Amino acid sequence: MTEAQFEPRIAAFFCNWCTYGGADLAGVSRLQYPTNLRAIRIPCTGRMNPNFIMQAFRQGADGVWVSGCHPGDCHYIAGNLYARRRFTVFKNLLEYAGLEPGRLHFSWISSAEASKFQQTVIEVTDAVRALGPAQHLIKDIRKVA
Amino acid sequence: MEAIAQKIREAAKKLLSEGKVDVVIGYAKGSVPMREYPYFAYTPEEAENLTWSSFCCNNLALYTIRRPGRMAVVAQGCVSRNLVNLINENQIKRENLYVIGLNSPGMVDRRKVQALFPGKTITEVIEEPEHLLVKGQGFEERIERKKFLRSNCLTCVQRNPVISDELIGQAGPEGHGGNIDNVAAPWEKLIPAERWAEMQETFKDCIRCYACRDACPLCYCYVCFVDEAQPQWCAKSQDEADVMTFHLLRAFHCAGRCTDCGTCESACPQGIKMRRLTSKIEKDIRELYGYRPGMEIGAQPPMSLFKPNDPQDFIK
Repeated sequence: MTEAQFEPRIAAFFCNWCTYGGADLAGVSRLQYPTNLRAIRIPCTGRMNPNFIMQAFRQGADGVWVSGCHPGDCHYIAGNLYARRRFTVFKNLLEYAGLEPGRLHFSWISSAEASKFQQTVIEVTDAVRALGPAQHLIKDIRKVA
Repeated sequence: MEAIAQKIREAAKKLLSEGKVDVVIGYAKGSVPMREYPYFAYTPEEAENLTWSSFCCNNLALYTIRRPGRMAVVAQGCVSRNLVNLINENQIKRENLYVIGLNSPGMVDRRKVQALFPGKTITEVIEEPEHLLVKGQGFEERIERKKFLRSNCLTCVQRNPVISDELIGQAGPEGHGGNIDNVAAPWEKLIPAERWAEMQETFKDCIRCYACRDACPLCYCYVCFVDEAQPQWCAKSQDEADVMTFHLLRAFHCAGRCTDCGTCESACPQGIKMRRLTSKIEKDIRELYGYRPGMEIGAQPPMSLFKPNDPQDFIK
């Protein structure tokens, strides 16, 4: 596959109450955005386990994007605020270990922000596409065997 | 050292014969030099086996977890910090704990000593105040203790116990002169590809024996994520993807809890320097949330807290 044809696969974890609604609104509003992401619905960004992010990369995702409610808007009062600390430390750790900045994205998008959703999809997809296929955490069967 | 060891034995004997505790957790002399091991003294006679030397590298806080009854623990700075951690995480009760505190002299890295005598077998190491007398067949050398300290001991900031019911010897100075900020997160200045290469190089010898996890006083989950099979977060192979997944997630699980006691590195049979990862997290937690683990009973762990104005520059 040449660089120009490369279409990244992005695992997108959306909070049920905000970003998933935002994605819905973007859909019913007929907003156009790239189709590289695979949306996964989670109850809250507080549900995000760093294992999920690792697992996505291990299964061949080129990028991971986690999105939830704005601080203060969490359906469960503070789930996203706990998640924020975890994301900060985990993102720093992954990038310190050599993951390219631009593979892992976080955002706050409310269910009314369809246009922000559209913008962010474009941003995330462009950033991941520019980096090319992810290779770091993928098992190379040929090498193991 | 021997004077301190004698005092530990006396204290342990007193506690056990008075029935104040059921067990005294300390160190005993290993069957080979430089390998002191955790020892559980249940009777005053067994307390005779307790020792104290430059090679007491295991973190004894580990052995208090899920142990019934009252126990006394020989605790230098890092062990006491881990005990505080465990109390804060509701794993042990302060009233079941008797802390025999002492100032840590800084433990010596047996690998650094062995590296001085490649291919030779060390049969005896004799402790002197500032030196170690290393003996083997056909050689004998006096080495300066301070030059062979474990790297985490060199940058230690808490040599005196944070909590203690009894202090053996004198409280001493807190540091060994090393500055943690100079050595923490050594890859920060590199570009991502170089960092990944460094990470590969550091962990390439990992045999996935989980000695680091088993020796760590933070790892007390009943089922560790590496042992879970459905979903399998981390396969059992020694492929770099699996090794990296294990070490990254293990390091992350220590976020805001790691006291930099260096037990993981001491326990590793392959001599892997996993503190290169944990030191980055330790630095982040210190700089972002102003927290140092295990310094105060009742302190809330930073990862179970939030502040409305926590940094979030990276979030769109």
